[in-house]
Amino acid sequence: MDATEQHPISIYLKIWFLLFVLSTLSYLVDYFGFQGLLRWGLIITFMLLKAGFIIGIFMHMAWERLALAYAILAPPLALLVLISLMAIEAEHTFLTRLLFFDS
Amino acid sequence: MSDNAITDTLQPDGFVGIVEDWSADKQAFQVPWGKAMMWIFLLSDTFIFSCFLTSYMNVRMSTTVPWPNPSEVFALTILGNHIPLVLIAIMTFILISSSGTMAMAVNFGYRKNRKATALLMVATALFGASFVGMQAFEWTKLIVEEGVRPWGNPMGAAQFGSCFFMITGFHGLHVSAGVIYLSIITFKVNRGDYDRSNNYEAVEIAGLYWHFVDLVWVFIFAFFYLW
Repeated sequence: MDATEQHPISIYLKIWFLLFVLSTLSYLVDYFGFQGLLRWGLIITFMLLKAGFIIGIFMHMAWERLALAYAILAPPLALLVLISLMAIEAEHTFLTRLLFFDS
Repeated sequence: MSDNAITDTLQPDGFVGIVEDWSADKQAFQVPWGKAMMWIFLLSDTFIFSCFLTSYMNVRMSTTVPWPNPSEVFALTILGNHIPLVLIAIMTFILISSSGTMAMAVNFGYRKNRKATALLMVATALFGASFVGMQAFEWTKLIVEEGVRPWGNPMGAAQFGSCFFMITGFHGLHVSAGVIYLSIITFKVNRGDYDRSNNYEAVEIAGLYWHFVDLVWVFIFAFFYLW
């Protein structure tokens, strides 16, 4: 298929190595016990970078036509609405439990 | 409209119309149909895993009982050293490696290199199988030694167990299914099916599924084990 055939093997080895480095870094976040915003920020950054490399290079999405890329990558954005709503709901449940079950 | 009559004869109504419209000669995705369908399946799977992770977020945020510290729960003592989260780290590296070998298998497939493709796919399947094996070890340790149950555990919030078993269990099921899927495709590669059809598409499609399994683990690793 189009560009896929021409990629040298070295690009996969490089991404493989990069994923190892990123995984090690996110493991070290836990190992050194970073807390708070620094911890969450680093975890999310490394996670998104890894996801991007896997989808873009390993799954060849970077070389697909935009019609396919948008059809697959845009719908999950709706999840942000679900996550926000569930976070609000969880907060409400938490406060209700504090009010009524606190002993 | 004057051309209504023409349109009506070309486009039948009712059930026949549905079939006609869906099977019409229109193509949105300029890729083999199998690849487009695998992507759409993976999209649906994304929503399933997202539902699991979102409900995990919901119960973890709403519980008033402290959440067990995953760093401690999944620690192992190896040669007298207490290392936090070490098994999970090894499992992560194994899954990434399997993705690496799979990506190269796809590449060799497009070069019509039967032997290299088959060997790299065998390596991928073996990495996958060892991942499942380590997960079985992890589950056994958690159930037998730590006393974690879906309805409670000695370390803290009761929801920890149900989230853990549902999320990692569903992922492990995907890995197991993937190993079987890869084995079948490897067998066909090795038999020369794709040399005869001169088309290694099936390898790339299996690769998409396998990379997705790795992708889901990236999110589970971040949100369940590291958070």
